[in-house]
Amino acid sequence: MGLGAYVTNIRQTIGTIFEGMAITASHFVRKPFTIQYPDRTDIRVQDSLPFRYRGILDVDLEICTGCLACERACPIDCIVIDAVKDKTTKEMILKRFDIDLAKCMYCGLCSEPCPTGSIHHTPEFEGADYSLESLVRRYVKAPVVAYKPPKGAETDPDVAPILARGLRYLDEFASPGDAK
Amino acid sequence: MQQLADYLLAEGFLSGLPKSVGYVLVVAFFAFVLLNFIMLVAGVTSWLERRVWARIQSRVGPNRVGPQGVIQWLADGIKSVLKEDIVPEAADKPLFKGAPYLAMIGFFGAWACVPFGDGLIVADLNVGVLYITAVTGLVVVGILMAGWSSNNKWALLGGIRSAAQIVSYEIPAAIAINTVILLTGTLSMQGIIKAQGWAPWNWFLFDNPFTFVAFFIFFVALLAEGNRTPFDLPEAESELVAGAFTEYSGLRSLLFFLVEWGNLYIIGALCTTLFLGGWQVPAFTDNAFVQGVLQMITFFLKSYFLVFVAMWIRATLPRVRVDQLMSLCWKYLVPIAFVNLLGAMLWVVAFPHGNIVMRLAMFGFGVVVTIYFFSRVASHLRRARPEMTWNPIS
Repeated sequence: MGLGAYVTNIRQTIGTIFEGMAITASHFVRKPFTIQYPDRTDIRVQDSLPFRYRGILDVDLEICTGCLACERACPIDCIVIDAVKDKTTKEMILKRFDIDLAKCMYCGLCSEPCPTGSIHHTPEFEGADYSLESLVRRYVKAPVVAYKPPKGAETDPDVAPILARGLRYLDEFASPGDAK
Repeated sequence: MQQLADYLLAEGFLSGLPKSVGYVLVVAFFAFVLLNFIMLVAGVTSWLERRVWARIQSRVGPNRVGPQGVIQWLADGIKSVLKEDIVPEAADKPLFKGAPYLAMIGFFGAWACVPFGDGLIVADLNVGVLYITAVTGLVVVGILMAGWSSNNKWALLGGIRSAAQIVSYEIPAAIAINTVILLTGTLSMQGIIKAQGWAPWNWFLFDNPFTFVAFFIFFVALLAEGNRTPFDLPEAESELVAGAFTEYSGLRSLLFFLVEWGNLYIIGALCTTLFLGGWQVPAFTDNAFVQGVLQMITFFLKSYFLVFVAMWIRATLPRVRVDQLMSLCWKYLVPIAFVNLLGAMLWVVAFPHGNIVMRLAMFGFGVVVTIYFFSRVASHLRRARPEMTWNPIS
């Protein structure tokens, strides 16, 4: 190593350390990015999460058609649905709709094929519980009639906003970032 | 402290006992007070270090235990004390158990010569600086012992690295100290401080270009001796798990960390004493007590500023490789320190009582460098346009 290279090494060492120290020093006046969950936040952390956040699953039974698409899509079988067709009225009756959150891996494959956006992720993430049993969410308390999409727009004022929300959810899943 | 002990004994304190026993008791009491002070400094340093890193990494850091987390170190310490003290089956047990205490002795011994104020030093040895460089060498024995006795390859590698590193870096550190000794003619810590003044241009840092360079060589060498990043090879987490301390748990592991963080303050105190004017303050009052407190605060702030710089360096620079470590020491620091020492010798021959023009010029240079540094910081902030806050604890 010649003297020139030696001096260059020294100069570069001092110069780069000087510059690096200046960069880190500039961080002393930058605001930390930390969200101090669970307290010292301006709003609930759940409310600040994006619409498509994959938190705990939820089902809107009012718009569930009982098509079993989600049950088939689930790779680890954490969704169990009992749906039977009533012979006389030709309606699907949901007798059981269970999601085992202890098994769920939040992959989102169930919410994609859902025709109405009934099964969807919520921004809720606080799932801690004292037993595995209570992590099984049972959505059907008593047998209910499954939703049957009408021809044309939904007119029932109780169901329309839920369906709109579900369809918006599907839209955002299909093309992220377009809808807001 | 020695005068104080003599004074206490002369006043009839502990008069029922033989003089030697009384003396030992008084000194033991002072040692106990100092040990507690060290624990406090090391603990608060550990908390502050985490907070400083956190801010540099745009995080918040520990802020839950006590106001802004200031007693986080106490919680960590209690946790460590309560933990099981595991000694590996195949370890060399007496060495393994003794190693942390040996490191602790080497580190604690250095505090005897830290001058907190005019009369506030445990022992103002006439070979003070030499004593500190010698006694901190004991730490390497402790770490090497820990590495060897753990019967673990990582630990052994860490111990050997530590030995190689500390022995190598003692040389540039000693030469840099000599640059100052040339100017003072004494090795006593108080003597070195008294040879400087309170004004920055009377500090040895700005005395002449050679002491200016010596300061940086000394600081880098001390960082390496204290096993601080970028020279923390003995406990390189990403390569050696925890190096020499891999097998340690509970209180013994805590002692090693105490040595690490306490050493940080020793680094600051040594640099302050040798180059930054120590406890020198202008004579504000005739009251000796008030003046003493001012001196103590000055010394503490100066050395803690250097501790802060060491934390800041740790958050900035990556760890060097072993070969880079050695080439930095032997190819750069040692030759430069020698040339520097020769220059300082010539300087002392030319200006036996110093040169005020050069002092002011060096001080001006220091101010210019600082201003340029802050302009670089401002330019980085302008480029990044981050969300800013001036609140240091937000």
